[in-house]
Amino acid sequence: MKNDSKERSPEQKKQGVSRRAFLRGAGVTTAGTVALASGMLSFKPAEPAPAKTAILGPGETEVTLMVNGQQRTVRIEPRTTLADALREHLNLTGTKVVCDRGSCSACTVWLDGKPVNSCMTLAIDVEGHEVTTVEGLAKDGELHPVQEAFIEHDASMCGFCTPGMVMSCAGLLARNPNPTLNDVKMATSGNLCRCGTYPKVFEATLSAAKKMK
Amino acid sequence: MNRFEYIKAPSIAEAIDMMDSTVPEAMVTKTGGSAKVVKAGGTDLLDLIKEGILEPGRLIDLKNIPGLDKLSYDKKNGLQFGPMVTIADLENSPEVKKHYRALYEAATHAATPQIRNMATMGGNLMQRPRCWYFRSSGHHCRKKGGTTCFAQIGQNQFHSIFLTNVCPCVHPSSLATALVAYDGKVELTGPEGKRVIALSEFFTPSEVNVTCENVATNQEIITNIMLPPVNEGTRAFYIKQGQRESYDWSMGDVAVVLQMDGKKCQDARIVFGAAAPIPLRREAAEEVLKGKAITEKVVVQAAKKALEGATPLAHNGYKVHLFQTLLKRTVMEAIG
Repeated sequence: MKNDSKERSPEQKKQGVSRRAFLRGAGVTTAGTVALASGMLSFKPAEPAPAKTAILGPGETEVTLMVNGQQRTVRIEPRTTLADALREHLNLTGTKVVCDRGSCSACTVWLDGKPVNSCMTLAIDVEGHEVTTVEGLAKDGELHPVQEAFIEHDASMCGFCTPGMVMSCAGLLARNPNPTLNDVKMATSGNLCRCGTYPKVFEATLSAAKKMK
Repeated sequence: MNRFEYIKAPSIAEAIDMMDSTVPEAMVTKTGGSAKVVKAGGTDLLDLIKEGILEPGRLIDLKNIPGLDKLSYDKKNGLQFGPMVTIADLENSPEVKKHYRALYEAATHAATPQIRNMATMGGNLMQRPRCWYFRSSGHHCRKKGGTTCFAQIGQNQFHSIFLTNVCPCVHPSSLATALVAYDGKVELTGPEGKRVIALSEFFTPSEVNVTCENVATNQEIITNIMLPPVNEGTRAFYIKQGQRESYDWSMGDVAVVLQMDGKKCQDARIVFGAAAPIPLRREAAEEVLKGKAITEKVVVQAAKKALEGATPLAHNGYKVHLFQTLLKRTVMEAIG
């Protein structure tokens, strides 16, 4: 915050301050509400975000993320990736970082329902968008059918690619409830598994698709 | 990653005003955190920053600018899409699948599903090459303002077989192979207004400018990508060969767009990807097809012609054979 204030024009400053005040208010409300109605807070981008012309960073700045249906405010530098924000700032360590270059997809999360690499996404970019991590798949203490099927079909070996695989497979079933084997292969084509447990991943996903009908 | 400032541009005009450098410039002349560059999907930009070969001072994010992610098609004007349209948007467009088969094939075979959801078409056309020497902070190569090309004397199995003299990197966009085959155009917006140029003129070979792959200036942003209309006689296909079937960078990819009159080929556009520092038209091969009924014999002739003048390096001679086969297969698939 120190860093950006000196760079702003008076007009930008005004906008920035009011926005920050808004975020602070929203953060307090969230903290109070989450305890009472966790899970009920669904994010609605009801009003278009105000024009954001403030220069942020390079130091820490407040960023409000919508993660697994909850509003979370973090203080991060603009260079912080979504993967780092989730793991280091929000303690959501289910999302794994392996290659850190978008080549292995272990870091897969959903952005507005679509699988993306959180390691190649800046956290500051996803303000106003809905992030779903592997922690957000289970509902009311019940695992997602894909998670259940991964257990049943022994689809994890070392387990490091598993959260990313699960997000890709659950993402597929969300947009295509009747996938073929080839559809599953295509959906996981970016997810590298060093143990080579792909056949079990395919099996688990097809079986989850059947159960979800 | 170096620390940088970040700003969400509210409009194209303001983004142009805020930027002062292309990414290539920021890697050669405006180094050390002084450059203000624009960012679209960010997949290539973050990669460059993470490798330490790009150190921008400020990123100007284009994602909040309204209207840049529109895709439209009509019979008369063809296909148009904004720079923030993702590769997945092309893949999921029924019009692209129905009318622009080569582009559809290129989109479905690019990168991973995750990257396709993130990577924008503007960014795809502006991305930097994947040459491992260029991507390595330990190699001050010609493309980064140095005097040595390490690929010409080193490991070059994935490099160019055409235009290899100055820098034999290959252009990284496999979508561009299809877009050039359709005779696509790109609209660039700068402080003076808009200019529209053919994509075949947009990309520049290393002989012209080794440090940059296109003609966009440090205050220009791609604002539209246009493909001409197709008709019943248009036949097109695209094939990409990688080392793995799941996903990979291209070892060679070919796009073919034919204008057929019954069995006779009236017009042809053939483009090679991962063969040169630019998506490479093969006009001599196109001439072989024009005016003829397409038989296997004719296609073999065209394939031979397409590889004339190739100057493969020490480790990529296989590409000469690969491209001949790919061209044959792509033409045969196109005419069905």
